[in-house]
Amino acid sequence: MSNMMTSLYNIRILDELAEKRTVIHNIHPLMKVLTTCLYLIVIVSFNKYELSGLLPLVFYPIIVIALADLPLVPLLKRMLIVLPLIIGIGLFNPLFDRSPMVVLPWIQLSGGWISFLAILLKGVLTILAALVLIATTGMTRIAAVLGMLRVPRIFILQLLLTYRYISVLIEEVGRTVRAYALRSRREKGVSFSDWGSLTGHLLLRTMERAQRVYHSMCCRGFAGEYHAGNTSKIRIEDILYFTGWGLYFVLVRFFNIPTAIGSLITGVVK
Amino acid sequence: MSHHIIQVNNLKYSYPGGRQALNGVNFQILHGESVGIVGANGAGKSTLLMHLVGVLFPDEGEIAVGEVPVIKKTLPLIRQSVGMVFQDPDDQLFMTTVYDDVAFGPRNYKLPEEEVEKRVRSALETVGILHLMDRLSYKLSGGEKRAAAIATVLAMKPDILVMDEPSSSLDPKSRRRLISLLRCFTHTKIIASHDLDMVLELCERTIIIQDGKVIIDGPTGEILANEELMEKCGLEMPLCLQGCPVCGTKKAK
Repeated sequence: MSNMMTSLYNIRILDELAEKRTVIHNIHPLMKVLTTCLYLIVIVSFNKYELSGLLPLVFYPIIVIALADLPLVPLLKRMLIVLPLIIGIGLFNPLFDRSPMVVLPWIQLSGGWISFLAILLKGVLTILAALVLIATTGMTRIAAVLGMLRVPRIFILQLLLTYRYISVLIEEVGRTVRAYALRSRREKGVSFSDWGSLTGHLLLRTMERAQRVYHSMCCRGFAGEYHAGNTSKIRIEDILYFTGWGLYFVLVRFFNIPTAIGSLITGVVK
Repeated sequence: MSHHIIQVNNLKYSYPGGRQALNGVNFQILHGESVGIVGANGAGKSTLLMHLVGVLFPDEGEIAVGEVPVIKKTLPLIRQSVGMVFQDPDDQLFMTTVYDDVAFGPRNYKLPEEEVEKRVRSALETVGILHLMDRLSYKLSGGEKRAAAIATVLAMKPDILVMDEPSSSLDPKSRRRLISLLRCFTHTKIIASHDLDMVLELCERTIIIQDGKVIIDGPTGEILANEELMEKCGLEMPLCLQGCPVCGTKKAK
């Protein structure tokens, strides 16, 4: 039970990480959001058999994580939550698509396996990029940037409140499960027969709590618009960060670097 | 709203389930007064406070702050003038850092960022937690959270401070610090609490509520020392007015 409680209370680690002061954290939020968007677009634009072309994109999260001094384990743990979904999407590809294909000049696999691995890699990289963005920028600053990009107010608000509701919900789950564990004879988990009443109570409690938080926001002048204060000005370094990564992503998209290196090596060996 | 008189006339309110929470409440609170709202659990204290800031609206009756009635249209004006500190500070601290939490209110009123910073610093300094400015809100201790919650309201520069159970879940030292802090405020204060010793120290006037009605409204010293009345309202005299628990000697009134 204590492990569960610890992991529940660790939910806010991304907020904590976003308050660090490193080279990456100091980059203007707008440039980080644009870089991440471009990265996601480039990843999604690869077709399902282009596994080798995706490989150089792995360097973006690795370099950012290293420069931002982010701990890898909490990020990977959060990614694991979504991983079953990604695996589920590509699970049957190896069974249905058995045509042999060349990945790299010296590796051959079936088309199904290649598309499965490509889906897996795409999923992992996109989630990692989103997590890295939140951990280096913070949700409130991301919301401010979305406002600058003229994203409709209602979407930004929805995003912010959902993000905040997750922590409210998880805190309530923690309390409810602890109270349950102290009075149940079971050593682990919640009995199936208690699930109904427990989730019902949880829903009511979190709604009540969310309502109180909303009231306290209204009492301080909240009228449906979130103001993050003045964000810092865009500096040359910020523009260089975006253009540097942008050029790299475009290069990776239109030029298959692993294949080129492979051809070069095999050419030299011949 | 030059003089912040709060006028409550025949206030009635029932919750959606049908339970009558307020049943004809009347009182007037003058500028600079410090008033304790006291009553047993479920008496209607929190419901009354919610009406003062326009979180709930009455079924019957009316409330006015200054000459402004508390209605939907006037809420921005009312909420600039009346600051509410909620019972659970966690409800009030929803941003990542203490600074952002305290700045939330002033930013909503679109004040320039320099003014926001000035207000945040001043509010945090007043409650004595300026050093916690960049800390994560959810990692503060109970006392620090309470101080931060008060600072979030002070940063709005309200004329009237409404507090729901401000001393609940505080350790004795934090409670004492809070009392000293509140004593320094020159605002009109309305404090709903079960901590009758605190009410005795801070409020010159007390209103006892029972079953959604005002039972008595008068000087705190007289009301809280009236054992029979307190008993009738499901309350107890403040500990400092009770006899010595060891030797049984009655305190001189």
